[in-house]
Amino acid sequence: MKSDQLLDAKGLACPMPIVRTKKAMDALESEQVLEVHATDKGAKSDLTAWAKAGGHTLLEMNEDNGVFVFFIQKK
Amino acid sequence: MAIQKMTAAQVASRVIRKSNLFILDVRNEDTFQDWKIEGEAFQYLNIPYFDLLDGVDDILDLLPKDTDILVVCAKEGSSVMVAEMLSEQGLDVFYLKGGMKAWSEYLRPVKVGSLKNGGALYQFVRLGKGCLSYLIESDGEAMIVDPARMTEPYESFAKDKGIMIKYAVDTHLHADHISGGRMLAEKTGSTYYLPPKDADEITFAYTPLDDGRTITVGGTSISVESIHSPGHTSGSTTLLIDQTYLLTGDILFVESIGRPDLAGKAEDWVGDLRNTLYHSYRDLPGNLTVLPAHFSKVSELGDQGEVKAVLGDLFEKNEGLHLDEAEFRKAVTENLPPQPNAYQEIRKTNMGKLSPDQEAQQEMEIGPNRCAIQD
Repeated sequence: MKSDQLLDAKGLACPMPIVRTKKAMDALESEQVLEVHATDKGAKSDLTAWAKAGGHTLLEMNEDNGVFVFFIQKK
Repeated sequence: MAIQKMTAAQVASRVIRKSNLFILDVRNEDTFQDWKIEGEAFQYLNIPYFDLLDGVDDILDLLPKDTDILVVCAKEGSSVMVAEMLSEQGLDVFYLKGGMKAWSEYLRPVKVGSLKNGGALYQFVRLGKGCLSYLIESDGEAMIVDPARMTEPYESFAKDKGIMIKYAVDTHLHADHISGGRMLAEKTGSTYYLPPKDADEITFAYTPLDDGRTITVGGTSISVESIHSPGHTSGSTTLLIDQTYLLTGDILFVESIGRPDLAGKAEDWVGDLRNTLYHSYRDLPGNLTVLPAHFSKVSELGDQGEVKAVLGDLFEKNEGLHLDEAEFRKAVTENLPPQPNAYQEIRKTNMGKLSPDQEAQQEMEIGPNRCAIQD
């Protein structure tokens, strides 16, 4: 999947993956796609809930060798 | 204003004293609905931390002025962030050290009673998960029953008292938590007992806890008799200690009874469970002290945080012991609560078939025990 920006949040513990994601998202235009890589297990449910609460669309999420990859489209 | 940490032990004291505390839980809503810190006088507000990244102004009016506020999250990081934001607004707040993981792992020993020839019986209360384990000591020796995954609390307790852990016993193959029995046996050289009917698929050495076996703890001393009491699992075994204490495992609880569905089909074990509760237990003296392996509600905790009941009283009050056959079948097979988190993986880990790392083990044990037919 194609993204407009990549955020590497690997190795960061909660709450940093979401803090960084929010910052990156704020800098994007509407409908642009942010790709987030995170290793914190909590990021899976939290990023999903965060995107939903903010009205963003989680286009895809997968796990590759302990790395969670998210594609989130800005509202 | 500064933020302060509150330990799981300090929170536990407030639960037991029934003091008040305002819990601002910043985990996401599903997680909070599923499992939280329970206290009879606690108040709660659940706002996920990611809804507070722009500031805490919106929630200031929802926070009390005259009650201590504890910010809680899964591991600690987010609660510190939110506590600092509140502190910048002039509030004095606490955060939970180690988060819900630490709450899940905290064990609190409480003395339940003395034994006839000296020695004592202690209950280790795992408040976060509702698990109860036991340390029976006599004449310098100790037995641990249904030990939690965290073996350090038993080891340091024994060290402080100058006693040796000689035996570790599981009343059944657990589905809600990872047993510390095998680990205790490896670390202390103690003998690990498990009912043979629950051990078909066990991949490591254990000693069978056969029906009618007697284990003697201490030289002088107390005996532990095992009584096969199937129903929660096919091997489930009850221990009678010092002719006084009845360790009922996951068969009989103070306010509920065990569920028969976690190791297979509920229908298969309904008859066994009924027979154990309505016949085998009926034949025992009514003055025995029942000590179960779980509790579900904090209202079951006594003044010191202990969970116990008199067997005869349970035959009067526990609704699970007052059902006719049809009602009983329905109660233990229909509308059961959700299964414990990761219960299949937990059973396999307890068989020695899976060896998850420590972080994965902590993750598997998240949530309440859910071994009773009612939540």
